[in-house]
Amino acid sequence: MKKDKNVLVEFFSSVQLSLFTFFVLAIASIIGTIIPQNKEPSFYVAEYGPKLTRLFEILDIPDMYNSWWFVSLLVLLSLNLIVCTFERLPKVWRMVVMDNLDTSRERLERQSQRQSFLVANDSGDAVAAVRGILTKFGGRLQEGADGEATLLFTQKGAWTRLGVYVVHLSVLLIFAGAIIGSVYGYKGSVMIPEGEASGFVYEFGTNRPIDMGFQVRCDRFDVSFYDTGAPKEFRSALTVVKDGKDVLSKSIVVNDPLDYEGLTFYQASYEPYNQLVVQLANDGSKAKETFLLSPREETPWAAEGVSFGIINIEGSDRSGYRYKVWFSDGKSEPVTFWATADQAAKVELPSATYSLSLKRRFATGLQVAKDPGVWYVYAGCTAMLLGLLVAFFLSHQRIWVYIAREDGATRILLCGTANKNRLGFERDFEALADQFKHSDRLTLTEEKS
Amino acid sequence: MNSSQLLGITTFAYLLSSVIYIAVLVFRAKKLGLAATLVALGGLLAQTAGIALRWVESYQMGIGHAPLSNMYESLVVFSWTIAICYLVLELKYKNRTLGGFAMPFAFFSMAYASFAKEINQEITPLVPALQSNWLIAHVVTCFIGYAAFAVACGMGILYLLKAKHEETAKGGGDSIYDNAPDLKIVDDIIYKTIVFGFLWLSTGIITGAIWANSAWGTYWSWDPKETWSLITWFVYASALHARFVRGWAGKRIAWLAIIGFLSVIFTYYGVNFLLSGLHSYGSSS
Repeated sequence: MKKDKNVLVEFFSSVQLSLFTFFVLAIASIIGTIIPQNKEPSFYVAEYGPKLTRLFEILDIPDMYNSWWFVSLLVLLSLNLIVCTFERLPKVWRMVVMDNLDTSRERLERQSQRQSFLVANDSGDAVAAVRGILTKFGGRLQEGADGEATLLFTQKGAWTRLGVYVVHLSVLLIFAGAIIGSVYGYKGSVMIPEGEASGFVYEFGTNRPIDMGFQVRCDRFDVSFYDTGAPKEFRSALTVVKDGKDVLSKSIVVNDPLDYEGLTFYQASYEPYNQLVVQLANDGSKAKETFLLSPREETPWAAEGVSFGIINIEGSDRSGYRYKVWFSDGKSEPVTFWATADQAAKVELPSATYSLSLKRRFATGLQVAKDPGVWYVYAGCTAMLLGLLVAFFLSHQRIWVYIAREDGATRILLCGTANKNRLGFERDFEALADQFKHSDRLTLTEEKS
Repeated sequence: MNSSQLLGITTFAYLLSSVIYIAVLVFRAKKLGLAATLVALGGLLAQTAGIALRWVESYQMGIGHAPLSNMYESLVVFSWTIAICYLVLELKYKNRTLGGFAMPFAFFSMAYASFAKEINQEITPLVPALQSNWLIAHVVTCFIGYAAFAVACGMGILYLLKAKHEETAKGGGDSIYDNAPDLKIVDDIIYKTIVFGFLWLSTGIITGAIWANSAWGTYWSWDPKETWSLITWFVYASALHARFVRGWAGKRIAWLAIIGFLSVIFTYYGVNFLLSGLHSYGSSS
């Protein structure tokens, strides 16, 4: 390798760079949690004075996490991950697929765990006995001979060396998902009054209208409260209308959005109107009609020859409302009565009986997101967790047994190494060595000192 | 018996067990060790019953939900996960001198939950944003992580104290840390609890992101809580990289365990009470 090339590669693949980037990202992120983000310029002037505000604007502090320098830090982290992976993965891959039988005796004697036995068995007998013990250890048993000597090898979890790279790549996959989402997706919102539909959403930040290619109608919106006054539920009955046809209906609440053609509609807010939605039905003829009306406004139902109006409203958002209804068929004495949104009222007139249900009119506030990158992000998250599990809890354990004749006896050299959790491996290795010591097929003899 | 009585007993039991664990260490009173463990275990049982009963009580009030919805309930769960985490550690390493550096965290969390004026102990109904199956997954995973980091911090303190004592005593004389595990073992415990916590913190951040996406359509919005959880993640990621690649061990990792836990505390507590105060004139997000 050339030295000048090394300097750059070394810099971008170094763990010092990772630690530095982590540190700077952490410090920068703290700034963004202390200085409120995405406020009006006047807010910063009032809070921090004009001079600091000017500095903030130069450094993009008010929208720090999208600023060129913060994004650059993320790019630096990505570069670090990519170069580090390219730099190390080939070496690690060689470790995964390497021929461990090609290991010299000198090298064996340098392994972290070693035990040596001298047995009276001849070497063929010893090899057979060792095979029996090693088979139980785990992986595939490999064997090689070098003249009189035999080397047996077995390993577990060679592939687990790749776990850490799965974690690194998962971070890149999450970044890729975030980029895909910001390039091909958008976030917006729309207010839809009950009974109306919208084919557009308005992008956050720019307020640009975006044509969805279909319409969403709000059939009904309900809000309920606990006795404490805290909100209990916001619920919107939505219908997707495509080419003039209702294609999908769903009632959404805060944690249960509506999905259609890659767009997701979230319950976000609501707005009350000074209007009422009244449903009337003739119990006899089953004729039905829905009306929108303002308080103190006489509304006719021409087909039935009746008219009605709301002449008084009492209550609050929290406790619920009751409405005083005026109802007349133009012939008999008009009736007045109190009604609530919760239950339908019966209006009994000499001519017919009507069912009346009413509620305050709302507009539902929907947050709309199109994010084709989210599945990459989720795949990245899953890969990260699996990778962390492998990287932290599984290790590559290798066991060699070298068997050779020596001074009229057979020398068994048992060595092993693990790339992680060495204390745990030490115990496993001791247990394995015990099996050699207590094997009824091996006859240990004294070392000649 | 109601849940607050059970949780009151828990607070007392954790105090008592902390005191006995510290006595075991300071007076080298190994015989007291079993008592400390039994009191801690008794406290844990009372706490488990208390949490379960609080869950039942919320259903009796008609607003049933898992007791994970406010600061009080989260402090109780924090203490609960610390106690479990520590008792598992004790079982694994069979050394009771560790308790003096772990159970006080479980006690402080309960004591703060019980006695601080700003903590509302009432069972309150769930607002719409919290009505999700992700609530349990998100809160529990985060707190397993936080608990592991609390224990790692305690072990970090033990490491530094024992290391300092060994340096000054230069091998001569008895030490109250003689019964504590070897520095090598304490270092290994710190490392393992950080690894364990890091895995759960990652899971906690991910479940939070998935939840945010299903509630608001955005999995990451850089709000102070999210950002601080990421800062904490960076601290521990740094510690792990320093150990894996640069071979950091001993005092440096012990310090990182303490710094990391300070970041956890800020993520958990500081963001709610300091930054939200700073942001209270702003939007509620």
